[in-house]
Order: sequence, then structure tokens, then C-alpha cells
Amino acid sequence: MQIDFSLVAGGEAGQGVQTVGQMLAKVFVKGGRDVFVIQDFESRIRGGHNFTQIRVKDEPVYAIAEAIDLIIALDKQTIDLHSDKLVEGGALIFDSENVKIEPKTNLFGVPLGEIAIKEGGNKLYANTVAVAAALGLLKYDIEILNNVINESFGKRPEIAQNNIKAAKAGYEYVQKHFGHYNKYELKTIPDAPKKMLLTGTEAMALGAIAAGCKFVSAYPMSPSTGIITYLAGKAKEFGLVAEQAEDEIAAINLIIGAACAGARAMTVTSGGGFSLMVEGLGLAGVMEVPIVIIEAQRPGPATGLPTRTAQADLEFVLHASQDEFPRIILAPGTVEEAFYAMPKAFNLAEKYQLPVIVLSDQHLADSSMTVDKFDLSKVTIERHLLADEEVNLEEYKRYKITESGVSPRALPGQTRALVINDSHEHSEDGHITEDPKIRTEMVLKRFRKLSGAKAEIKPPTFYGPDDAEVILVGWGATYGAIREAVDILNGDGSAAVRNSAQRKMTVAMMHLSEIWPFPTETISNILSKAKKLFAIEGNATAQLAHLIRAETGIAVTGKILKFDGRPFSPGYIVREMDC
Amino acid sequence: MVTMDDYQGKDATWCPGCGNFLILRALKMALVELDIAPHEILLVSGIGQAAKLPHYMKGNVINGLHGRTLSYATGAKIANHDLIVIATSGDGDLYGEGGNHFIHTIRRNPDITVIAHDNQVYGLTKGQASPTSGLGFVTRLQTDGVILSPFNPIALAISANASFVSRGFSGDINHLSKLIQTAIQHKGLALIDVLQPCVSFNRVNTFTWYRDRVYKLGDDYDPTNKIAAFQKSQEWGDKIPIGVIYTQDRPTFEEQLPALKEGPLFKIEVDYALLDNLLEEFI
Repeated sequence: MQIDFSLVAGGEAGQGVQTVGQMLAKVFVKGGRDVFVIQDFESRIRGGHNFTQIRVKDEPVYAIAEAIDLIIALDKQTIDLHSDKLVEGGALIFDSENVKIEPKTNLFGVPLGEIAIKEGGNKLYANTVAVAAALGLLKYDIEILNNVINESFGKRPEIAQNNIKAAKAGYEYVQKHFGHYNKYELKTIPDAPKKMLLTGTEAMALGAIAAGCKFVSAYPMSPSTGIITYLAGKAKEFGLVAEQAEDEIAAINLIIGAACAGARAMTVTSGGGFSLMVEGLGLAGVMEVPIVIIEAQRPGPATGLPTRTAQADLEFVLHASQDEFPRIILAPGTVEEAFYAMPKAFNLAEKYQLPVIVLSDQHLADSSMTVDKFDLSKVTIERHLLADEEVNLEEYKRYKITESGVSPRALPGQTRALVINDSHEHSEDGHITEDPKIRTEMVLKRFRKLSGAKAEIKPPTFYGPDDAEVILVGWGATYGAIREAVDILNGDGSAAVRNSAQRKMTVAMMHLSEIWPFPTETISNILSKAKKLFAIEGNATAQLAHLIRAETGIAVTGKILKFDGRPFSPGYIVREMDC
Repeated sequence: MVTMDDYQGKDATWCPGCGNFLILRALKMALVELDIAPHEILLVSGIGQAAKLPHYMKGNVINGLHGRTLSYATGAKIANHDLIVIATSGDGDLYGEGGNHFIHTIRRNPDITVIAHDNQVYGLTKGQASPTSGLGFVTRLQTDGVILSPFNPIALAISANASFVSRGFSGDINHLSKLIQTAIQHKGLALIDVLQPCVSFNRVNTFTWYRDRVYKLGDDYDPTNKIAAFQKSQEWGDKIPIGVIYTQDRPTFEEQLPALKEGPLFKIEVDYALLDNLLEEFI
């Protein structure tokens, strides 16, 4: 039977909710399942309410579900906030030391701290006890948890052993007291293909390493910070430099300096930081400097909701800066796309000598999912630099006017030829000019690069029947929710949500993970066939719908918009379509 | 041998008599003296009259945004530490718009030379006060005279633990040229604040005004004594010291970056076998 199982673990910030989630997710993945994990946390270090939600399936899973089968409550609030989503007969494990509630059917109190101290010798192991208790209730193979513990604490065998002891006790406690509960039994799948489990943040950081990114500079800002901290941890091993800049302005200008001198360089930020980088973005445009910017969106404007998700910066990154210049915008929708977007971003940046913006958001950045191991043989590094012998030593022109708009690129110090990078309008040799004819030629030259780049943009992903009457249109991290909504609406989805959907028309998804230059013709062709179009976007004004209207003339009249800082679920889309 | 002719660039568009001409000449002289060829250097500037300098000589150039000069210089030095990086920009660029980068680049201590053309006025925008304008300096914007306390780049640089802090005078081109040579040879960030008259917009701090006041620090002055240097940095008015005011040995930013030990950063290739192992950690 197909498994589609969801659990929530919740507690205060600082209680280790994330650790519980990570351990459980790893245990399920090592047992051959696919998972999708979201982190929901407040902008605080202690207190409040944080939760992690894990969905387990037998096939790739791209989104969270709304119905919950199991709740692990480290505090009372978790019960108050989440039990209404618990399915009939679903289970709730709570810390019986912290939480006092009336015992009822399917409410299972476990003294997490007491077991941790008694068996492991430290209250810190309470999280391990919670994980083991959940696995006990699901009758899952505890050996896998022991393996995960051994891997995590490989260098400290004593701690590993204490954790394993605590886990065993938690598992047995549940078996002894609640052995009668048998709604779920999660078996491991032997010999299942091995998969990676990682977040969008990790995928982008790994993608940057694979792409040969040598310099990353950023000012810390949620939800982008994880990328530079991950890279900083790998800097020695992989020969790269990660530098915390004094502000976002320095961050972008540092990478511009590094890129001019020949290193693949990027910065990571969120919308607020990107606001400060805008002038630097324009500089990269006119000075034709290949840089990559990851903009991990969160709700704004200004401070907004720091730890929440949004898709409201598309039009901003598309138009940011005074005047006009070509840029490329990618918006990966899955963890896998997030990885492969990075080498593509760097290759395009260097091929066309322009800034490439990779739009992410908190949902993609912080969610983990199972993916096939990234195929490094698919990664190429195409630098498009002149070889020493190709450089015209007598008359090298950094901004030589060409048919493609791309000027052959040499590096400063490479040969005797001098490389002049300039922020003013400039002549072919890089010097300041106010000549109207040269100015016009230079603007046109820069824009010619966009025609070449357009041919490299991946067409949107189309999912569903070719002749679908309804097309749900999305971009970026809503990929999973839209895709599953299509399954539900076409009748392939899980029974729980399917029953609520009014299925009248066939539905498909058109998802863009590469947005600019806009693949106008392809999109026109796809959208003109449908009877009804819906834009599914994490903003209040349907920004992609604007863009589609502007570029193709096609009006996307249906709009399902969400700007509360929380990710879309497939069920939400289905319900909104019924309205 | 490198000659002055090798550094002949486009004709400058500065006002006749501008102090920038002298700084340009002193820089070229220093490079010729050190036998450094144009393709070995990277001239970095922002925006302002001074920031146009790279266009009026020869060298690799990044002429970027106003105030961000030191960010490009640092980024380029990280990417390719074989380049001799010389930042050359004005007091508005380095001390005003780029004030934050000035502080933090000093903290980083990349091996770059910073020539601050300090004319105590904004030239490109026609005569407003700069961070270093004196109290009471009247402009069309500061109509009752400057009331902000003048920025002291020397004192700030010392307090931020700069490894080389100096002052030059564009009216003494030989002294300035020697100072630039010392700065280029210094390992770490070397600041030269260059007193430079603006013949169009600063009628107070003229050539004569400076000439009457500047004096060269002698052999009896010890630039390695930080407290004495800080004291010296407070000297301004009737007597203005020029020369190396403070210097110390401090590891450069690049020396402390493990990745750069293998050679210039931009040449390091990806170790895919290592990356493949890293991917396994997620399984």
C-alpha cells in the first residue's frame, strides 16, 4: 500500500524541534522513503512556537500535506495549535513532564526528560527519546535510528552510546505502555535506491562549489545566511573564500572586484539586502561583470517577516536599478533545480558578462527533500575567457562592439594587454565618453546579449495532460504544491484532499524556473490553448501574471495568491480553486 | 626598463592648475622608479574628479561606483593577489560615501595602496563641503560655514589599527613620489592622505596655505610608536606634518586566507572527487 504519512514536531525555540525533525527525516530516508520537511520558526532564539513538519511517501514528495497523522509535542502550545489537523485516530505523543493534559485515546504521554536522564545520563537526550518514542509507535526499525546516531556522533562514541541507550528506553517505553496502538506501521524498504536529503540552502551552496565559485561575500540576512555559512565551513577544503562584508553594499562591490579580476564570485541576501545592492547590480550591468546574486525572498517591505516565506520580489529584481541593461533571472522550484541552477547561473554570467539573479525563498531555502544524488558529470564550467595567445596585445578592447554583444574577455594581468572596466558610459577601450553615437551603440550592444541568453532559457515545466482545460501557472518554490494540486484535481491525489475537490475540468501546471529573458513564444503557445488560467503566487498582486500579460498579451484571470508568510499546500490551492 | 612614456594616458580633463596633475605625475614616477609595468597594476577608483585618474595613465582599471573603491580593490586582490592594486580616489569617495568601507578595509588589511586625493571640497559636484572641510568653510550648500567637526583620516586609520598611515602634499612631488613607493612596497593596506589644493572651489586651502604649514617628519620621528603617532595625527593648523605617521607589521588579509596559499584564487580548480564525497554525506 502507498504510504502518505505526515507528522509535526513542535515546541519552543531552543527545545530542539529542528533536531527532532532532522533525525526523524534521516531515519525515514535511510529506511528507503522519500520525505519533504518544512521548518516553521519565529524570529527569536528562545521561547515562542517552532515546528517542523515531515511528510513521508514511497515516491518523490514535493509538498507538505495539511492533515497530520502524528504530533510530537514538546510543549503544550504544540497541542493547542496543531491538534485540529490531526486525522481521525491519529496519534499525539507529548512530554508528560512538561505538558499536563487529560489522558485520552491516542494521546500518549512519555516522560522524555526522565528517560533521558535515567538511561542516557543527561536531559539533552530528551530529543532522542522523543524520536525513538515516535518510531516505537510506528513500529519502525530502531536499528536505523542507531545508525543515524552513530553517524551524527561518530567522533564522540560515548555520546553516541548514551543517545542509543536513551533511544532504546524511549522506544521500549512506548511499546510497553502503548503497544496496543496499531493504526500505523511504517516498514523500511530494503534495497531502496539511496537518496540525498538536503535543504535548498545546502543544494545552492553545493551547486556554487560545483560551479567553481571561489568567492562569496555577504552580510548575514535570513533566509540566505545558511549558504555563506555552509560555504565558509568548506572554504579550506575546496579553496574558496567566504567573507562577511560590513554591509550589503560592500558585499556586492567586493564580488564585482573579484569577478573583474577573474574569480567566480557571488553574494547571497534577501530582499532588504538586495535593496542595498541595487546600485552594484546596475554597475555589473554597465561594466559587464559576471556576478551571481542569490536573493532568498522573505515577506517585506523593510523588515517584514524575517523567518517566513514570500515570492514578492520578482518584479523588483527584474527592474531593479536606474536605466536599463540585460540581466538573467532564475527561480529554481525544487532542491534539485536549486543545485543545477548554480552552475548554469555562473556559466551564463560569464558567457554573457552580466549579473545573474537566482531567486529563492524561505520555503525553498529551509525545506529539505529527498533527491537523487546530484550528477556531477552534468556540471560543466564554461568560462568564456580568452586564452593568452588570443588576446590582442596591441589593441585589446574590453567593450569591443560585436554582433552577439559579447566582447571577448581577458583578465587584468593576464597579458600585457590592459583591461579597463568602467562605470561611466564608455568607449570600446573602456574609457569615459559622452559621445551620443557610442552611447547608443553601447546600449544596443549590451542588449544584444539578451537575444543569445534567451535561447539558453529552459522552457517552463509542463505537468499534466497536454490538452488540459485549466493551467495553473507558477514559478519558484510553489512547484511542489501546484504539482500535487494538479494530481489531486485530476484524481490521482490522496483521498483525504481529493474528496474536498470539485473535479470538473482537466488541469495542468506550467512552472517557470528560469524567468528572464522571458521565454515568450513557448509560454504563449502553452497558455493560449487553455480555457482558464490561474496564477499561483506568493505575493498580493500576481507579479508573474503581470509579466505574462506584458510579454504575451495573455491575461491570467484566475489568481490564487498567498502573502501570509506561509508556504502553499496543495490542499489550499484546490480549495481556493473551488471558491 | 619602464619609462614615463609607458604610462602616458589620455589627456586629463581636470582644471588647469589642479593638484590632481601632480598626484598623477608622482604616481607615475613612483611606478617607473619601482620598475613596475602598466599591465602589472590594477588602478581602482570610484567617482569624483580624483577618481578619473586611472583614465589619464596606463594600467588595468576598475572605475566603479562612488564610495565603493576599496571594496573593488579588496575583491580584486582576493581574486588575484599577484596584481599590484592601487586605489586612487577623493576625500568624498573614500571618507564620505565610502566611510564604512574605509573603516572595515583597514581592519581587513589587504595589501593595497590607497591614495586619497584630499582637497577638502567636492569638485565634481561644484563646491560643496567634504568630510575634511574645515570648520566655518562656506559653500553654496553650507551657507553659514561648515559646522560638522572635520574628519581626521589619519587619526581614524591609526585607531582602526591600520598598518601604514601617511600624509603627502601634492606641492612636493618628489616627497610624494617617494611616499607612494614606500606605500606600494609596504605589505598591507597603505594609506596616503594627499593634501591637494582645488583651484576652482577651495579658496581657503590653497597651494600657499599648505606650503606655509606643511613640514616633513624627520629621522627623529618614530612612526612605529602608536601613541606618538596618534598624537601626531592631532597636529593640524599652523603646522601640518607630512611623511609616514604610523606603520606596523600586521598580517595581510590575503596571507590569512587558507585558500590563497595554493596561488591566486581565480586559478584554483574544483576538486570534483572531493565534492562527490561531500554529496555522500547527505545520503
